[in-house]
Amino acid sequence: MDYLFTEEQVMIRDIAAQIAREKIAPVAAEYDENGEFPWPIVKIMAESDLCGIYIPEEYGGTGGGITELAIATEELSKACGGIALAFAATALGAYPIMLFGNEEQKKKLLPDIAAGKKLAAFALTEAEAGSDAGNIKTTAKKDGDSYVINGTKQWITNGGEAEIYTVIAMTDKSKGARGASALIVEKGTPGFEFGKKEDKMGIRGSTTRELIFKDCRVPKENVLGREGMGFIVAMKTFDNSRPGVAAQAIGIAQGAFDLALKYAHERRQFGQPISSFQGIQFMLADMATQIEAARALVLSAARMIDSGARDIAKVSAMTKIMASDVAMKVTTDCVQIYGGYGYMREYPVEKYMRDAKITQIYEGTNQIQRTVIASALIKSLVKKK
Amino acid sequence: MNIIVCIKQVPETTDVKIDPETNTLIREGVASIINPFDTYALEEAIRLKERFGGKVTCLTMGPPQAREALKEAIALGVDEAALLSDRAFAGSDTLATSYVLAKGIEKLKPYDLVLCGKQASDGDTAQVGPGISTHLGIPQVTYVKKIEEIGRGKARVYRMVEEGYEIIELPIPCVMTVVKEINEPRLPSLKGKMRAKKAEIREFRAEDINADAEMIGLNGSPTKVVKVFTPPPRSGGRMLQGEPDEVAGELAEILATEI
Repeated sequence: MDYLFTEEQVMIRDIAAQIAREKIAPVAAEYDENGEFPWPIVKIMAESDLCGIYIPEEYGGTGGGITELAIATEELSKACGGIALAFAATALGAYPIMLFGNEEQKKKLLPDIAAGKKLAAFALTEAEAGSDAGNIKTTAKKDGDSYVINGTKQWITNGGEAEIYTVIAMTDKSKGARGASALIVEKGTPGFEFGKKEDKMGIRGSTTRELIFKDCRVPKENVLGREGMGFIVAMKTFDNSRPGVAAQAIGIAQGAFDLALKYAHERRQFGQPISSFQGIQFMLADMATQIEAARALVLSAARMIDSGARDIAKVSAMTKIMASDVAMKVTTDCVQIYGGYGYMREYPVEKYMRDAKITQIYEGTNQIQRTVIASALIKSLVKKK
Repeated sequence: MNIIVCIKQVPETTDVKIDPETNTLIREGVASIINPFDTYALEEAIRLKERFGGKVTCLTMGPPQAREALKEAIALGVDEAALLSDRAFAGSDTLATSYVLAKGIEKLKPYDLVLCGKQASDGDTAQVGPGISTHLGIPQVTYVKKIEEIGRGKARVYRMVEEGYEIIELPIPCVMTVVKEINEPRLPSLKGKMRAKKAEIREFRAEDINADAEMIGLNGSPTKVVKVFTPPPRSGGRMLQGEPDEVAGELAEILATEI
């Protein structure tokens, strides 16, 4: 389908597609196997100017938005949903700065992210605070002109590799959700260390790690927005970043589908290609339709967000549910089309299925997304009255 | 350091089809790309510019659609590009092509270095680079795998040969043709592509470069292609099995009687 991309968006798509095809695809299985961080690929993305496509020009980017981010993320994810995450998770780390940073913070931090010199990360989740984000235990205690952070963050994408972290911590426990604040912590700050590196089912080409804060002191200038705005920063960041996860899911689905379609045409049983059987044809037709529908939703939502629309939480949540569920369904069916070969590590489709699963879980489980959508629906009903 | 890189636009396939009537390549329906060997020359030129400053100009001879190849070169980081395009150039062989390119290079003076890929993936002659140097009357070194030093009037390079490499020192300006071992070409960047979109490409016709009409096109091309054909596919081989002594005897017999 033609999504009427601008000339610049076509360039972004082509560059990301070329990186995916020529640089990521040949090494995807290797990174999946060894779980190392794909620095050589990050360098290529940086040299191609991809790292700044969603960052305003005055901060060193090329001035695009969520649409450009989604276009590139989908293309990169076609080759490897894990490696693409070094790029996409940096966007998740950059958005709180773009949305809530003051001029000084933006000028200091964004140009290096746009140039690909530094990666970013976002740290909210803890052992006891997943969907129940309000239950975070990490604290940031004010002490003179600085905050002292203590606690442990868990499952942080790009953890240990990124230089710039937005950390959500409680500055005033007595205020509940209004007592959280968002703070910038840079790698190398005394008291900021990295813990356990997770051994994951999928997206193994990306790093997921613990962040440990022991009396980590940051100046008060590192607060994003104001003290007490931590959850607003987190929620607004997710509203902007979820279409990116959705785009990652679509890329994973499309990447697996392209392989399965080709395989169905080559694989012969009963003296003919299996693509001549209606049972396979219907699966292929359903998969292609589901992917296209999800992509259409993601790109429409991305354009709506880029146009400056308010109340984007609902549509943003919809993109993630739709695209991640499609990715899980499609990649499972792609393994089915490959049959026994599909179940073998030697063939590439089982990796797509493992990579797809996380998109239903992270940046808010699909169940949490449904509560976001439902609460927006009910709120709109109350407003009308 | 001013560097001129000569590139060629070629069909994006190694499986070229040939028109049996005219003995020329069938280009319809085949996408065009920069000759892969030339991408190493472009990359080396851009790296030299990044190290020493200066300017990289990309030059090609071809039909108007060759502008696309020049725009790709700009997207990679080349500063300027020029196209040599004229109906009078049509049918040029490697001698005439290298003459036209040399005349174009003279138009782009001053320069310190001319870089070319070792050969084009369609013609595979490896003659145009050396031809340019002869027409310009400057030194040449082919199959360069490393430029160790360049500047102060000379260059020191590693030249690939079958047994290893030779280290050659030569004065500049000179012509170098490079092999793929020299570097790993970068991919185009977004800012480069945006610049390429707006970039102006200079175009020169035969009279603009003072080309002698007898030296260009079919007139200037002593090479005549008599016939081009696809060689018949190799027929299947034969495996000899058994004890080494017996097989050796059998093989000697076959060689003596059948070939």
